[in-house]
Amino acid sequence: MSVKTELEFILNGRPVNIEVPVHMTVLALLRESLDLKGTKYACGEGECGACTIEVDGTTINSCLMMAVDLQGREVMTIEGLGKGNALHPMQQAFVDHGAVQCGFCMPGMIIQANNLVKKNPDLSREEMKRGLEGNVCRCTGYTKVLDAVASVVGLKI
Amino acid sequence: MSEIEKYIAPTKLAEAVKVLSGGGVTIVAGGTDLTPQINEGKRRYEATLMNIQRVQELKGISLEEGEIRIGCLATVSEIWHNDIIAECAPILCDTANCFASDQIRNAATIGGNICNASPAGDMIIPLLVLGASVELARWKEGKMEIRREPLNHFFKAPGKTIRLDNELLTAVVFDKPSVDFVGQFRKSGPRPALEISTVTVGIGGDYNDGKFENVRVAFGAVGPTPLRAAATEQALEGKTLNDDVIQAAVVAAWQDARPIDDIRATTWYRNHLIGIFTEELLNNVCQN
Ligand SMILES: Cc1cc2nc3c(=O)[nH]c(=O)nc-3n(C[C@H](O)[C@H](O)[C@H](O)COP(=O)(O)OP(=O)(O)OC[C@H]3O[C@@H](n4cnc5c(N)ncnc54)[C@H](O)[C@@H]3O)c2cc1C
Ligand code: FES
Ligand code: FES
Repeated sequence: MSVKTELEFILNGRPVNIEVPVHMTVLALLRESLDLKGTKYACGEGECGACTIEVDGTTINSCLMMAVDLQGREVMTIEGLGKGNALHPMQQAFVDHGAVQCGFCMPGMIIQANNLVKKNPDLSREEMKRGLEGNVCRCTGYTKVLDAVASVVGLKI
Repeated sequence: MSEIEKYIAPTKLAEAVKVLSGGGVTIVAGGTDLTPQINEGKRRYEATLMNIQRVQELKGISLEEGEIRIGCLATVSEIWHNDIIAECAPILCDTANCFASDQIRNAATIGGNICNASPAGDMIIPLLVLGASVELARWKEGKMEIRREPLNHFFKAPGKTIRLDNELLTAVVFDKPSVDFVGQFRKSGPRPALEISTVTVGIGGDYNDGKFENVRVAFGAVGPTPLRAAATEQALEGKTLNDDVIQAAVVAAWQDARPIDDIRATTWYRNHLIGIFTEELLNNVCQN
């Protein structure tokens, strides 16, 4: 067993204070220690994007990042995107465009799509494709995903 | 999986370097190479895990007295979107554009890319073309000592470099290229992102009135380390670029490249790519 260390960070707007083993990944911390199962584990090696979260406003693969590195930082997971039970406009757009099938890739896909639009509200379809390259979906074929994101661009979010 | 006895996240460079002098330290930056290597059992943690991400001195990109300096913690995303780099060394942006995904680029540091020393490390190729050097810091006799080594001499074998265990790579530096400098980068694959490079080629030099000078050529993934292509450089240096010169450079490129057969491509295919990429990039230089 490896040593533990004290960790303090902001998770979906709320402070978290927890002791973590120093070798733990952010994904394991979220899913196993904090019981937030929205963020998904699929490849575990940075290839699929199912584990995408926002840290200080940029997206990363939480399966590769060490939990200890969250010290003092701000994290947003899919659970923090909507307000209470109300869906965020990006989530609603995915529903409206039938862009969700099994749903496994969706928490990561939606966090990434939302981040792209936040950074560039005039995102082109080509830029969406490039920006979503790190998010693999085995079901949808991506067309409806892109339609959903396109429908949000231009809207204030 | 691990027997980490101590975790340290220093905020000062001197502190980080002192920790290294004690030995038995695993350095982590973005973790995008380290985490998969640990998970796959290819690598084990040392007793001390040192996270260098809090050291402000290791961040940022600057241009001072004609020298560009990229702190080891600069991420591939930061390099891509940096004004100094876009203006003075856009070949680095072209490479970042072929690098993994947004999420990986946001975490992947330049220091990690260099120190991981993969023959397919993409950012290394444009840096070789820019004639970059690395700075290595260590603690010696009560103070910090920094040496500079040309990146060209840094790599020894896959995963092996001349960096000593007690040294931290703090930055990569290179002279601001001249106004005539043209740099070109090419990575194999229809959509190069998220693909381990089969072959990468970088070519750069001062191009003026058809003449190519101060030429540097670098190849990735065609030998045990990223390499400078000496014969190709010689075939091009000081020449007026035309079809004959370009063909001579292609032949020289086959001499320089030492590709292997592996699961991703055969030697024959890699040689084929080296030839066509060299030709393509030189044609691009001519059109510049
Ligand atoms: C899905 C995926 C896709 C990828 N695609 C690409 C790609 O297209 N092109 C490419 O080149 N790479 C790619 N990589 C590899 C990796 O992302 C890069 O090599 C990255 O730059 C490593 O940086 P890091 O900060 O994550 O390194 P880390 O994993 O933190 O460290 C890498 C190694 O360097 C050491 N180290 C780090 N910083 C220093 C320092 N300052 N001084 C001394 N030692 C140090 C660490 O101890 C470790 O051994 C990919 C990886 C993944 C998982
Ligand atoms: S689970 Fe993290 S990228 Fe696939
Ligand atoms: S909806 Fe099934 S993987 Fe994307």
